[in-house]
Amino acid sequence: MMLDTSDPALWQNTVVMQAGVRPGSDLGDAVQRRAKVMALTQSAEVAVITPKDPGGWSHDLRAALACRIARINRKEDLAAYYRAKITDPAADACSDPDYTGDTPHDIAVLSFTDRVAARPKDAGTKDIDALKAAGVSDADIVRLAELNAFLAYQLRLIDGLSLLQGAAR
Amino acid sequence: MTDVIHKFTKTVPHWRPRVTPVVLAEATPEQLAALQVTPSNTKVSDYVLVLAHDVETLAVRSPLFNAIMYDKGGLSRAERELGAIGASIVNRCVYCAAVHASRHAQLEKSDAVTDAILAAGETVKLDPRNQAILDFSIRLSRTPSEAGPDDIAALRAAGLTDDEVVDLVLSAALFGWANRLMHVLGEPVRKAG
Repeated sequence: MMLDTSDPALWQNTVVMQAGVRPGSDLGDAVQRRAKVMALTQSAEVAVITPKDPGGWSHDLRAALACRIARINRKEDLAAYYRAKITDPAADACSDPDYTGDTPHDIAVLSFTDRVAARPKDAGTKDIDALKAAGVSDADIVRLAELNAFLAYQLRLIDGLSLLQGAAR
Repeated sequence: MTDVIHKFTKTVPHWRPRVTPVVLAEATPEQLAALQVTPSNTKVSDYVLVLAHDVETLAVRSPLFNAIMYDKGGLSRAERELGAIGASIVNRCVYCAAVHASRHAQLEKSDAVTDAILAAGETVKLDPRNQAILDFSIRLSRTPSEAGPDDIAALRAAGLTDDEVVDLVLSAALFGWANRLMHVLGEPVRKAG
């Protein structure tokens, strides 16, 4: 894996930019001391949003689901970042949390996405069984869960760093 | 099923996958590399074999996980475990809570703090520093996050530096990720025998 821990890459990291961390600030210095973690975080975003092998979930749909999850978490700036990556209008429909799907397949996928994002403790066998019944393969179930789980991490990392940045002002 | 564990416990359960793990003998070279399988290391858990279905993410996730939980400097290893436990309590990941309570107890050479957390959950009363760390982790783990400026002020009042808070944000956030895999793709069951 190519890991870019350089300064330019750090300040263009999605998390660092979204949280408004400034170079030269105390928080900027603290984040710089975790440059490897930040670079790996950016690599993880690539792995879940634009993987070489996307399986059953296109890059467009992945960006739309990321946008949906950011909206569920009321993070409009991150939602806009992901929405700008969507080129397919059909995928864009899924970026709206009010859209719950028109086909049994889409209903299962979006219902799984919403529950895992917002109420993971309530997610269980029934949600996995619903995906299987809709024809989603085991590999695609794992890919869908990883996308969702990564977003939970990225959103909270942005939240925490934003709070620290705000507290420094 | 009746053998599924729903209550928090410090006894690490068995994890039963809800999707079929990758069969090691059929794994691709890319999967073997991400699984870190070598001739001297052929033991791979069902959990990691399930994650091998998404090999590109697994290949990043493992080094990221290790860096956040074990890299030198910043927050102590035990306090990073507290961040993991806070997230696991909110997301009700019984398996993650048991594993990371055990690690915390080993590091601290005491299970007093983790026994109290596993018994009382979110309403547990701890000493000021542990309380500030656990409370922040719990509030950051809600959807949307409920962590606010008061939580940062409490962490600073308890003596945490910016470096330490960054590490706490990372460990609590990381378990928002880990819990959504462990608790969703499988379930904790009693060990046979």
